[in-house]
Amino acid sequence: MSFKDIRAIYSIWLRDLTRYRRDRFRLVSSVAQPALYLFVFGTGLSRGLAIRGGSGSSLGPVDNYVVFIYPGILGMSLLFTSIFSAMSIIWDREFGFLKEVMVAPISRTSVAIGKAMGGSTVAVIQGLIILLFAPFIGVSFSIQTLVIIIPLMFLISFSLTSFGIVIAARMESMEGFQMVMNFLVMPLFLLSGAMFPIERLPEWLKALTVLDPLTYGVDALRGLMLGMEVSANPISLNIAVIIAFGAAMISLAVVMFNRKE
Amino acid sequence: MAMIEVDNVRKLFDEILAVDGVSFKVHEGEVFGFLGPNGAGKTTTINILCTLMQPTSGRAVLNGYDVVKSPHDVRSSIGIVFQDPSLDERLSAKENLNFHALVYNIPKEKREERIKKVLDLIDLTPRQNDIVRTFSGGMKRRLEIGRGLLHFPKVLFLDEPTLGLDPQTRHHIWDYLNELREKERITIFLTTHYMDEAENCDRVAIIDQGKIIALDTPDELKKSIGGDTIKLKTKDNIKVAKEIESRFKLQVIIDDGTIFIKTDDGESMLPRLISDQSIPVVSVSVHRPTLEDVFLHLTGRKIREEQGSAIKSMRSHVRALRRR
Repeated sequence: MSFKDIRAIYSIWLRDLTRYRRDRFRLVSSVAQPALYLFVFGTGLSRGLAIRGGSGSSLGPVDNYVVFIYPGILGMSLLFTSIFSAMSIIWDREFGFLKEVMVAPISRTSVAIGKAMGGSTVAVIQGLIILLFAPFIGVSFSIQTLVIIIPLMFLISFSLTSFGIVIAARMESMEGFQMVMNFLVMPLFLLSGAMFPIERLPEWLKALTVLDPLTYGVDALRGLMLGMEVSANPISLNIAVIIAFGAAMISLAVVMFNRKE
Repeated sequence: MAMIEVDNVRKLFDEILAVDGVSFKVHEGEVFGFLGPNGAGKTTTINILCTLMQPTSGRAVLNGYDVVKSPHDVRSSIGIVFQDPSLDERLSAKENLNFHALVYNIPKEKREERIKKVLDLIDLTPRQNDIVRTFSGGMKRRLEIGRGLLHFPKVLFLDEPTLGLDPQTRHHIWDYLNELREKERITIFLTTHYMDEAENCDRVAIIDQGKIIALDTPDELKKSIGGDTIKLKTKDNIKVAKEIESRFKLQVIIDDGTIFIKTDDGESMLPRLISDQSIPVVSVSVHRPTLEDVFLHLTGRKIREEQGSAIKSMRSHVRALRRR
């Protein structure tokens, strides 16, 4: 990779960040949606259905449902932001800007990587905002943990944005966006174990959660934030799966962008 | 040296030949126009030259680089203004230019200066920090032209540069383009279906159904279908017609109370006709053939001057209603 490619990646990344900075609505909704899930849905479900935590309970060692779903909501936010960023390619195609990019003397590879970097950076910023909720929920973790969580968030977001790019690369119209939300993003979110523990699920459902890449991200985040005894898989397995998935997706995204008409 | 050299290029889309064996050369510093109706293959040819599409067969070389073998070098050599807008409407004018400067590898120390110069040329300096979404159609088009010039391209492609713009804005844009030709020695390749726009070109290729059916300067093209026509009304058409035929040896037709005189050069013929005391002139006019006449002569059809696909589909809709 040459200096020229790095500059191309940087320019695509910079544009995504400039657009994000300008979009106040996105910033507000990125805080509002997780807050709704945590404080309204989480509180309502745990009190209304009397979900108890603590040793021997369904939540394992975690003693509070809102605390249990907190890393899951963080994962959800990364998922939504990453896919949304990737889907902006469809907008760019619709409004013509993609042509400006495609006809520029930069490699298609750097376009795909720049897009993945831009989406992941925005997702990490969103994630950091969610981490600010921690004191209100009663979760605390050390600075050392935070130093590990940030690159982990980036890794998760990078793999999900790349996945989104693979899908958006073939999509010609905005109608497809709704399809992606209903048939891809929502299943990924619900099957990830963000909202409930996976151990006690029936076998058929458990099998599906294993196929969801976000499962490993949520599990890794939960282990880091709430204590390793809470997570189902060893952290090394989680990170290995995320890296493998991310590498496969970005490679596929690069291939899709290099195809010619 | 030819800046663009196209040799027998064809492009097949699912059994439809959009471009059917097109060959031409564009010289450095020339303004070259592609004139033809919608769907004639103009945009497809541009897309091939810009490396956005690959030709099914044939060869195209731009600035010495083959469009299929060295797309990167071709892309560095060209600037493009697409038919449809291609700006990021959520960024400011300056941010759009800055993005372009980055991806086109303009060195940092020259970037600021070049952006400033281009903003000046397109008259957008006072609006440079405004979001593009708030711009008018003409301003957006100017910004796109400016952006296309930012990296000193050898060739500037303009695909229907004034489509959908009002006549005043069209006029302004042509002022900019003509200024540009003088200031920077740049090759311009444009497509259009406006006759007056084609008149601005050094040479025009008339394209229809994927084929070039004529290629020359606008003047030569017009001459090729015969010279001017003088329309003359007199008190005694029959007598005068005979006299003109015998004295000037010109082809004369009388129709609808008017004498039509075919001549190679109407402007120099006219004073001779009028100064002749024996011809009692009532009214006189010279009609020069237009490129529209050339197209009509070559294809038997008119190039319809349509504003865009919306109006076109509306019109066909209205037509369909009328037929009922």
